[in-house]
Amino acid sequence: MSSDSSYYVPASSRMPIFMAFGLLLFVLGASFTMNNWGEEDSNAHWLLITSFAVIWGTMFFWFGSVIKENDSGMYSGQLNQSFVWGMAWFIFSEVMFFFAFFLALGYVRLFAVPWLGGEGEKAISNILWPGFEAAWPLLVTPDNEQFPGAHHSMSIPAVSKLHTWLPFWNTLCLITSSGTIALAEAGLRKGNRTAFKLWMVATLTLGYVFVFLQGLEYYEAYTHMGLTLGAGIYGTTFFLLTGFHGFHVCLGAIILTIMTIRGFGGAFSDHDHFGLAAGSWYWHFVDVVWILLVLVVYIF
Amino acid sequence: MSAVIDSHHDDHHHGPAKGFSRWLYTTNHKDIGSMYLWFSLVMLFIGGAMAMVIRAELFEPGSQIVSPEFYNQMVTNHGLIMVFGVIMPAFVGFANWMIPMQIGAPDMALPRLNNLSFWILPVAFGILLSTFFMEGGAPNFGWTFYAPLSTEYAPPTVTFFIFSVHIMGASSIMGSINIITTILNMRAPGMTLMKMPLFVWSWFITAYLLIAVMPVLAGAVTMMLMDIHAGTSFFKAGGGGDPVLFQHIFWFFGHPEVYIMILPAFGIVSHIIETFSRKPIFGYSSMVYAIASIALLSFVVWAHHMFTVGMPIAGELFFMYSTMLIAIPTGVKVFNWLSTMFKGSLTFETPMLFAIAFVALFTIGGLSGIMLAIAPADFQYHDTYFVVAHFHYVLVPGALFSLLAAAYYWIPKWTGKMYDETLGKVHFWMSFISVNLTFFPMHFVGLAGMPRRIPDYAMQFADWNMMVSVGAFLFGISQLLFLFIVLKCIYNGKAATTEVWEGAKDRGFEWTVDSPAPYHTFSSPPSMESLKSSS
Repeated sequence: MSSDSSYYVPASSRMPIFMAFGLLLFVLGASFTMNNWGEEDSNAHWLLITSFAVIWGTMFFWFGSVIKENDSGMYSGQLNQSFVWGMAWFIFSEVMFFFAFFLALGYVRLFAVPWLGGEGEKAISNILWPGFEAAWPLLVTPDNEQFPGAHHSMSIPAVSKLHTWLPFWNTLCLITSSGTIALAEAGLRKGNRTAFKLWMVATLTLGYVFVFLQGLEYYEAYTHMGLTLGAGIYGTTFFLLTGFHGFHVCLGAIILTIMTIRGFGGAFSDHDHFGLAAGSWYWHFVDVVWILLVLVVYIF
Repeated sequence: MSAVIDSHHDDHHHGPAKGFSRWLYTTNHKDIGSMYLWFSLVMLFIGGAMAMVIRAELFEPGSQIVSPEFYNQMVTNHGLIMVFGVIMPAFVGFANWMIPMQIGAPDMALPRLNNLSFWILPVAFGILLSTFFMEGGAPNFGWTFYAPLSTEYAPPTVTFFIFSVHIMGASSIMGSINIITTILNMRAPGMTLMKMPLFVWSWFITAYLLIAVMPVLAGAVTMMLMDIHAGTSFFKAGGGGDPVLFQHIFWFFGHPEVYIMILPAFGIVSHIIETFSRKPIFGYSSMVYAIASIALLSFVVWAHHMFTVGMPIAGELFFMYSTMLIAIPTGVKVFNWLSTMFKGSLTFETPMLFAIAFVALFTIGGLSGIMLAIAPADFQYHDTYFVVAHFHYVLVPGALFSLLAAAYYWIPKWTGKMYDETLGKVHFWMSFISVNLTFFPMHFVGLAGMPRRIPDYAMQFADWNMMVSVGAFLFGISQLLFLFIVLKCIYNGKAATTEVWEGAKDRGFEWTVDSPAPYHTFSSPPSMESLKSSS
């Protein structure tokens, strides 16, 4: 609720229309690239690359102007509260995006695969694919020629082998990094900039280790386990859930890298550091998603 | 300096910038609201032209003017454009114009984001419409784009369709974040939640629904994209997936989406009925609770769109009963509107005519909805013109009539000029008669078994279909009259007063400012004292 005596309204801005233009290039570039995939003379990917340049460039100047306006003291407490609400609802929308994929995994595991295996009174799949047996992780698919399944799953091994299991280290990294970023924020609030910088670097290191290990896991999956995107529904859900999570970790890591660089450059004060706080909420959000993901993708 | 309407730019004190760049760079909620409204009006005529093609093809049985392939593209894009390009942006346009004015805010909470939310819409629809000129033609799998029609059997342009849906979703999410933040953070001092105008309440809940389900739609189209281009098997049973999974995810988005298109209409109609009944709305708090209940229930009813898909009996029963529960809060709203009019001093200006028609005809759509909710009966109605009649009754004399009512109701406040009341009434009666001529006979042919989405039909449906087509053409022409009325109002209307409507006094901050409303409505928060008898 408003308590200030008057309002702040920003001037007109060129940034949004540049961003819209960047998105136009992105959609055209991405669509043409995908539709012309494998064609020698296609140059659609240049459109895609250009769109990234436009989008990232616009973001740089857009955020830059917001930072400048804030530093010059133009923002009221009310506007800062708007940023807080905006970020909170944005994270809620991200939660719902992941919800769609968790919903898909749940439906497949609880209904689709058992029904394909003949469970239930209306199941006809044993006529379509005789001998198919429902199991999870689904390593042998109904149509094993088109979707060749996998040799191994990513599921949790025996406790004695836990240290060889990458998701264990990934979980450790991500949960620890949620703690370290909280310490970084606490340091900043107390005015201890050394602690702030130190814990930010620690957070980033853990984040990058996570991304590296995730990459290693995908490499293993493709080269040694036969687990690919085309391996059937287990590979599909595994890669899409961990992949979108990994993509969000990358985004979070980029945000926090920028915040760290700004922090080293002297930005943020003990009471005014919304950019960092928002990045930190985002980081906690990817951490929570990971915990859910470990539970339903890897363990149960 | 927690102050000021940015003092570097004098234009903000005096009014809008000059030239076309004003519209490209604007951060003003009124400019952006106007752009949303003009955009949706343009899309209404494009989507409407597609409807005319459909009705021309169905004028007589047999293959008439277009190929079945093109007919499919017409049906698909008519639906997509009307849902995502007309109804939703038009409501966002009203939200942009009215919410800041109704709650006493200077603008939306995040004005630059607001500009972006609008300008990516023409991007999305430009790309969608450009698919008509690409190899393979435009999307042809229906606006619900069920897999595998939209994956394995889709034209190559489906990739463009998928990304344009992503962009539409991004626009809706950003717009909703803005609206919800504005409502939570920018209300005038003293305007507690339960004192907010009902249009604001309806949009508050709608924005919540949008943020909750548009990402799910993004997830659904992403899964399609992966199935098409990356070899995944979400919707392929051969890999262990299930095409029915698509329907579940789609309708988990789709049913709240239906209420996204009607809840803001509830808010609009509430304002208009109280104004022209010269009484405060009957049962304000029950109206709020009804909207909230409808929104929450909308998350647990989605599979009533899928009764014939082969669900377990427990699922059929659950979704049947949960769907019927929605009739209760909806009934509360209808009876509250009737009670508001009861013993009121009613006058029947154009907005009121549209609002009353809304209450009557939306109720018809609601009643056919209850018929469709009965799972065993739905096996007969499913995929027939009865369904088409049902949702067009909800969306055309429902959502679209509320939009027309709102345009007549608030246009004097926007332009400072009155529209031509006589022409407005002509527009109403033409629309009212033709809309019923168009959609009521669809109930009959639907119950008799005429399937939807087919470019031909059996001989016994010929008479009703001809009547439907005549009604549809008439309805199309009536909306051209609306365009004329709007233009006439802007260029040649009589001056409007501050209060505009006799019964509007004290019903919201928007009636306390000049007509036309100044470019920046409030530079400091208005006092609730200026609204004595509201709420």
